[in-house]
Amino acid sequence: MTDETDAYEHYEAVVVGGGPGGAAAAARLAEHGVETLVLERGTEAGSKNVSGGLIYAEESAPYTIDDLFEGFREEASERPVTDYHIHNVAGDSVKSYELTDLHEHDTDWCDAVLRRRMDSWLQRRVHEKTSETGGGVLTGVRVNGLLRDGGEIVGVTCDELEPITADLIVAADGVNSELARDAGLMDWEEPDEWFQGVKAVVDMDRETIDDRFGLEGEDGVAHLFSGDLFEGVRGGGFLYTNADSLSIGTVFHLDSLVEERAEPHELLDALLTHPLLAQWLRDDYVEREYAAKLVPDSKKVVHPEPYRGRLVLVGDAAGQMQAQGPIIKGMNHAVTAGALAADAFVAERGSADPEAAGRRYANWLEESGTMDKLRPRRYEAVRAVGEDDRVTDAVERVLDSRLGSLAIGNPIADWALKRAYNSPFLISMLPDTRTGYVTLPTIVAEEHGRTLHWGSEVDPPSLEERIGDLTYDTDVGNPHIELRDQSADSSGDAVRACPVSAESFGGGCYRSEEIKRNGTAETVVSLDTQPCIECGTCAIVADTEWEHPRGGKGVEYREG
Amino acid sequence: MEGTVRSIVLTKGVPDFSEGAVSFDEDGHLERGKTPTVMNPNDEVALRAALQTRVRHGGHVSGMSMGPPGYGDVLREAMESVYTDDNYLLSDRELAASDTWATAITLSAGLETYQAEVGDIDLVFAGFKTADGETGQTGPQTAWAMDWPIVTHVVALEVDPDERRLRAKRLVEGDVDEIETVEAPLPCFVITDPEFEPSYRQASHRLTRKRLREETRERAADHDDHLTTWNHEDLNLDPDYIGLDGSPTIVSSVDPIPKAPSEREATMVDPTDADAMDDVLEELRPHAAGTSDHATEAGD
Repeated sequence: MTDETDAYEHYEAVVVGGGPGGAAAAARLAEHGVETLVLERGTEAGSKNVSGGLIYAEESAPYTIDDLFEGFREEASERPVTDYHIHNVAGDSVKSYELTDLHEHDTDWCDAVLRRRMDSWLQRRVHEKTSETGGGVLTGVRVNGLLRDGGEIVGVTCDELEPITADLIVAADGVNSELARDAGLMDWEEPDEWFQGVKAVVDMDRETIDDRFGLEGEDGVAHLFSGDLFEGVRGGGFLYTNADSLSIGTVFHLDSLVEERAEPHELLDALLTHPLLAQWLRDDYVEREYAAKLVPDSKKVVHPEPYRGRLVLVGDAAGQMQAQGPIIKGMNHAVTAGALAADAFVAERGSADPEAAGRRYANWLEESGTMDKLRPRRYEAVRAVGEDDRVTDAVERVLDSRLGSLAIGNPIADWALKRAYNSPFLISMLPDTRTGYVTLPTIVAEEHGRTLHWGSEVDPPSLEERIGDLTYDTDVGNPHIELRDQSADSSGDAVRACPVSAESFGGGCYRSEEIKRNGTAETVVSLDTQPCIECGTCAIVADTEWEHPRGGKGVEYREG
Repeated sequence: MEGTVRSIVLTKGVPDFSEGAVSFDEDGHLERGKTPTVMNPNDEVALRAALQTRVRHGGHVSGMSMGPPGYGDVLREAMESVYTDDNYLLSDRELAASDTWATAITLSAGLETYQAEVGDIDLVFAGFKTADGETGQTGPQTAWAMDWPIVTHVVALEVDPDERRLRAKRLVEGDVDEIETVEAPLPCFVITDPEFEPSYRQASHRLTRKRLREETRERAADHDDHLTTWNHEDLNLDPDYIGLDGSPTIVSSVDPIPKAPSEREATMVDPTDADAMDDVLEELRPHAAGTSDHATEAGD
């Protein structure tokens, strides 16, 4: 190192981000006696985090979160989820299958979680562990880039602190990882590589939940929704029971959202107001929090070699988010990756090659089978055929025909469909086309479904009310996103795809404005980052310069 | 090894002047008995400077205050907000009704007693004035009594314990505000300016601050165990030189500031009453004309 970087503070390891991936890495490093500094940009870990809300412990995984953090299930999670259903919807007609076999495949346990509670609990444990080896957790610190010396990555730079050098840098800074982009390992280019998740946390006391969902004891339930209730957008909905709330949300392919010109909050409302949910939500719907996040589609973006020099990527930052058909697994893989990265560093401690730890980490991701879950070779083979538009069109035409309905509508098909949904093997091959998400479920519901003869009394809050209910600490005069191109062609999609913006709403982040100039009218897009919930959607669908807000600034999730 | 720093923070309990807490009688005099006592708001800034020094250099910070036995709570507040290690209360009936002079004599005796019984002091921090007396004299007078240098209006502070010097940035107000950098030997008095902003740009400093906060939480729960009270005998003070007898200043009377008479008259108008609104427009017409003239001028 040069004299300049020599003068900076040094830690053996710096972990960026206090989510499950960062927590697992830091805990494991501290257990090995490594001096570890954890930097979290939120006021508290979890204040910037959102998940659908299920964390899995897989039997085949080398690490699970309760291995690393004793008491996790008792103190940090909401309740176990042991019952799993999927509902195929066509209008008011619904056909439901139990999906428990798929849910339980390779599952040691699965819990519903809310991230503020979970991650802040982890933060306290991580701080205890890392304090013992000369480090600790600092909140309200945003790492804004990599520190380089002669082209080599040697540390991180921060908004709030002087640069810090380290022998290992763990980028666990989430789906919009600025470090992964600084290192050139990830980009924000293609909408078809991402999902967008939107979620409402709904207030409901324990007794009412147990009563309405027919639950007894500790165990809770998960319901998934697919079919024609989302305007043909590819994706689906979910509902999970927590201790004293429900997590209800939607997950859509971002390219499909853009193509269909859909408004994410309206799709969420379509789910919330569907008669199927009326049995649970009734007339006392109270929304605690509206949230959104981007979800990387690991089949397409997971990085096979998530390291560069002393830098390793874990979790969402490396695209390690598995969509196993309707089941989405992210946090468990982040935990595995974080722990393996830490172990790899310790195994290569003292090596003269700064990239040795990263290489070993990537090997262990392969050897542990984690990579194959994230990017199944089966999917690779099928994708070439299955996602070809001509194939999709042909399949769609058959399914839409009387023949298709007959084929799926017969009783044997009903039995076979349930089997198919529950097969991890088949599910992992399912191409990401309209067929699996919309057409098939719709026909299933039409042919096998039961009609719901009641309406819904749920009246979801408006976007304005949802934004109004969120907590923000706005960094006035210092917006974290800059719009590089105001034209509707380049950035117009953000007006609809941004979960806190809408064509018909002037109070969101992105707005369309008509400007008259020299006698001609032109539509331009304007941006106000105040209501931003930091999901990163606009970084992909619009032409922006996207950064996270400074430490402690921006939205603060209470539920997450 | 780098040297550590021992600091004293001088603080004072003042009436809580915040809205809802403060109580005045019919003549506008402060009702001391009905108004709770809190730590002087300016002292918090001084405490932040002491904490910054403690975090950067290690060592020890003690709080010190003169006042009735109830001021222990004020010192507890000091401990909770800025993590003093222990607190010293100079409390005695003989000290009642001290002016700034007698207070400075008493505080300097407190500092001398501290040096004799606890340890050598490097820095004394004080706020720039109290919210009740507003004299700004006690700090400088105490420094004079100790014959130590004093740096006032400090907005940034660096201490070099090994060289036994400090370097401070002072905010010098005038027609144009200037920042002056001064150096002084230790021990030294530091009077912090309300503009003082502590700076923690090192991760290790933030970790230390966090550790101190955690340790303080436990300590503040048993504050009495960390509070030492000294009376005039402990301080070796002659009653003739302290309290009311030792105070040359006599506050002859305190007059409430008379309320300025209202020069404007307000008339309530119902905006739905068309006739009343016409009257409003009529009233405004002359002013509107003025604006219009102005606009014409600007247009030229």
